[in-house]
Amino acid sequence: MRMDRSLLVMALVFVLLLAAPFVLPPLGQSYLLSLLIKAMLLAIAAISLDLLVGQGGMISLGHAAFVAIGAYTAAIGLESGIENILVLLLLALLVSGLCALVTGALALRTTGVYFLMITLAFGQMIYFTLTSLAPYGGDDGLTLWSLATFFGSDVVQGSGQLYLIILLTLLASWWGVQRLSNARFGRVLRAARDNPDRTEIMGFSIFRFRLTAYVIAGMIAAVSGLLTMQHAEFVSPAMAAWQRSGDLLVIVVLGGLGTRNGALLGALFLVIVEEVLGSFLHEWRLIYGPLLVLMALHAKGGLSHLLFPANRTEKAGVTRVNGEQA
Amino acid sequence: MYGKADAVSLTLFLIQCLNGLQYGTLLFLIAAGLTLVFGVMGFINLAHGVQYMVGAYLVFAFQQLTGNFFVAVVLSLVAALLLGLLLEYFVFRHLYGRDHLDQVLATFGIIIFLNELAKVIFGPGTLSIEPPEVLSGSVQLTEQLRYPVYRFVTILAGLAVAVLLYITVTRTRVGMLIRAGATTPEMVSALGVNIQRLFMIVFGVGAMLAGFAGVIAAPIFAIEPGMGDNILIIAFVVIIIGGVGSIRGAFLGALMVGLFDTVGRTLLTEGLEVVFPPSFSNQVGPALASMLIYILMAAVLVVRPQGLLPAKGAH
Amino acid sequence: MKANSKFTIASLAAMLAMNTALCSAALAEDVKIGMVVTLSGPPAALGQQIVDGFQLALDQNGGKLGGQSVSLIVEDDELKPDVALLKAKSLVERDEVDFVVGTVFSNMLQAIFKPIVQSDTFLISPNAGPSTFAGKNCNPYFFVTSYQNNQNAEVSGMIANEEGFENVVLMVPNYQAGRDNIAGYKQTFKGTVADEIFTPLGHQDFSSELAQISTSGADALFTFMPGGMGVRLVKQFEAAGLDESVKFTSVFTTDETTLPGQKDAAVGFLSAGAWAPDMKNDANLAFVSAFEEKYGYVPGSYAAQAFDTANLIASALEKTGGDMGDKDATRAALEAADFTSVRGSFAFSNNHYPVQDFHLLEVAKRDDGKFWTTAKQTIVTDYADSFHSECKM
Repeated sequence: MRMDRSLLVMALVFVLLLAAPFVLPPLGQSYLLSLLIKAMLLAIAAISLDLLVGQGGMISLGHAAFVAIGAYTAAIGLESGIENILVLLLLALLVSGLCALVTGALALRTTGVYFLMITLAFGQMIYFTLTSLAPYGGDDGLTLWSLATFFGSDVVQGSGQLYLIILLTLLASWWGVQRLSNARFGRVLRAARDNPDRTEIMGFSIFRFRLTAYVIAGMIAAVSGLLTMQHAEFVSPAMAAWQRSGDLLVIVVLGGLGTRNGALLGALFLVIVEEVLGSFLHEWRLIYGPLLVLMALHAKGGLSHLLFPANRTEKAGVTRVNGEQA
Repeated sequence: MYGKADAVSLTLFLIQCLNGLQYGTLLFLIAAGLTLVFGVMGFINLAHGVQYMVGAYLVFAFQQLTGNFFVAVVLSLVAALLLGLLLEYFVFRHLYGRDHLDQVLATFGIIIFLNELAKVIFGPGTLSIEPPEVLSGSVQLTEQLRYPVYRFVTILAGLAVAVLLYITVTRTRVGMLIRAGATTPEMVSALGVNIQRLFMIVFGVGAMLAGFAGVIAAPIFAIEPGMGDNILIIAFVVIIIGGVGSIRGAFLGALMVGLFDTVGRTLLTEGLEVVFPPSFSNQVGPALASMLIYILMAAVLVVRPQGLLPAKGAH
Repeated sequence: MKANSKFTIASLAAMLAMNTALCSAALAEDVKIGMVVTLSGPPAALGQQIVDGFQLALDQNGGKLGGQSVSLIVEDDELKPDVALLKAKSLVERDEVDFVVGTVFSNMLQAIFKPIVQSDTFLISPNAGPSTFAGKNCNPYFFVTSYQNNQNAEVSGMIANEEGFENVVLMVPNYQAGRDNIAGYKQTFKGTVADEIFTPLGHQDFSSELAQISTSGADALFTFMPGGMGVRLVKQFEAAGLDESVKFTSVFTTDETTLPGQKDAAVGFLSAGAWAPDMKNDANLAFVSAFEEKYGYVPGSYAAQAFDTANLIASALEKTGGDMGDKDATRAALEAADFTSVRGSFAFSNNHYPVQDFHLLEVAKRDDGKFWTTAKQTIVTDYADSFHSECKM
């Protein structure tokens, strides 16, 4: 891993995130912590999506469904009396992994925009399934009256501790996805994205690599879902809505596809812009919309490349997704 | 199932087919523009749905101004075309060769902007307009149920547009270029065709079709901000089932989705009630009915990953 | 307040665990009221009515409630649970509000409920009244000034009995509030349910469902289609000519938020409710004329309930002299509900949900060409919800 500016900035962001819970409350700004938690939870899900989109060229419009699966698995587990967060985590990973395995195996028969649409279809199926779970609140969602514990201790509750846990999880998933992308696994994914035929000829089963990435991404997203549940003390099918998957895509693209920091920067940017614009103008979307258009037109490669223009070698830019030739 | 004669079920079935047909033709109008823009330019235009909404608001505004529905329709079509060309000139033109995801981001921004703008100008509430007097009657179908003339007219309008588009694409020079552009864009521009102008034409027509769909939908459905968001997703489902870039595919897909959604919804709930206890079927039926078209799409894609009738030669 | 020491201890413990700084209102400053309502998307009109109704009460008293200066902070939940939660937390943690007024929709209420009541902030719902918090999960910090969600449907069932409907089709969107309405209706309705139809939320085209209704041989339809769904349904219902053979009865489907879109198509349609703009008590006459003059549209039940909410808070602040430090005193003052409601009679049940009269409402066209609902007949008086006995408060 080359030591460059993007890595330094990343370290700085993490240090700031780590300092926040100690600095902000004495300043009477503890509310900002909720905002940062929201951004970090989004970032975890976005990092996993970037593994698919940025590395693998697999544009999924159903990724939020895995966040919801993680949250609902944990919530249903809690309701049935399982309280240990590690057991719940295991369950969430298992269920989301299985779901990703099945839907991924079917979805990966397609490429490009067809892949985008079939993932949307699976996402919608999960969304409607959740809305029909009447014992768990159906469309209204479910307020959780008790939360997960760590072997009976409440260290994994309360926003202070939860903040640190979420930050650690963010760091871990960021680091994990980095390692994966820099390893042979990531190189094969990128090769399959840029030139699927050649990769296949070289003897790699594109399908298996992509499916593995799909399952890993789904499982990371589920972890973000579990933490979202623990933080919000509430789950609802809206977590799986396709607009949420769209938001995640926007974060990844805004931040910079397949770059080291894109997902995290995108998530922070989105949350901060929403908050700042929304605080002085109720019709803030009138500004936000054109802002996205401008970003798309002029900021090729997203925020990450705006901030670190030197870092372009990492990814030359996907012109046609998923090896699709139009 | 409530002890009614089979004749009633048959009438119900036929009426549902008619409803499905009507829904299908509306979907076709939206999907046609989407599939052309996507097929010819490889451009993912998420803003297509919001152009449908704009059509509905335009006809509302022009009817308020002029007091005549037909004048309002003509003015709305012109305005929808102009909006499409403006968007093409300022935004889309610069994104043709770019990553699909940049297009997604830009058009997503346009959706957000126009939805909010509609809310600021027309208020957040639901608006409605009356169909014109001549088309406001209804035809007696069964003892209790009449079918509004206006809905028949929308079916006819949809079919007319379909025929017109089909003739244009298969029989005219522009159509030939569109077909060529959909399959081998490099070749078309290499042959010296002004591809920029072709794109503008296709885009303008696409925008106008979406606007037209919004115009004719306005008197049936209510007009509200964000009304185009969900229909956009359904239109994508349609063109994916039909095969991207293909007008025939869009037509087939639209009718399939229209019929599947309308007829399937009724049959499914009734069918489940026969097999399962009502408490279960009431719980599962509606959710499953909402999933139907997605299940249909997933099934089509698993069997034919390029859709049912892909544009010829498309890879 | 009886037997609430347990709750206070429990919430204190929860508060300490959360490390939340206790906000004390001992300082002589404005009473802060936060509002979480839906102000974007299709249902924004409902949230706007709540803001307008509340603001009207404030303006009528020179920005004060019960003699105390009030600062009002309005937040938009965007109809997204996580946004609602974040906004609610910001109100409680950053703005340290004394009251939260919200929400329009039950699922938004579910999302914001826990953090607000656990921080010992009073949460007053001006519209959503889910059964979730009416029974064993009732809470000393939670009040509802509208109704319990099932009540209007229960009253609709009584109306059907009274009007002599024998064969009724029930149609609702497929979500919890829809199902609650069906459950409520069936609880009181004595005739036959010909069919139950569940549509997707935000349904566009009802032609398929209308065909089902017409072949079912029903003499009436009971439905719950708030917002744009209601506008579409009523217009399509009329266009299909069903209004001649099937009686249209509903809740939250033909009200002042949807009538500007439905217009003549809805005239004569029946519904059930606790309030109508034409109710002839002095408070209501003054409210409706002031509201129309200020905002230029006919207020619906959302605005009326928000207006009542503001006056409820005013009555409580008057009693406590604005001292927000003593939560028990504030709670007792709220429970007394010592204000003049535009609905005429109003009191709280033991679960903090209202006890009130319900009426048969009918849509009518006014002489000035605007549309509104009129209260035709009182169906049931001092009606409490059916969950309050499970509430141990």
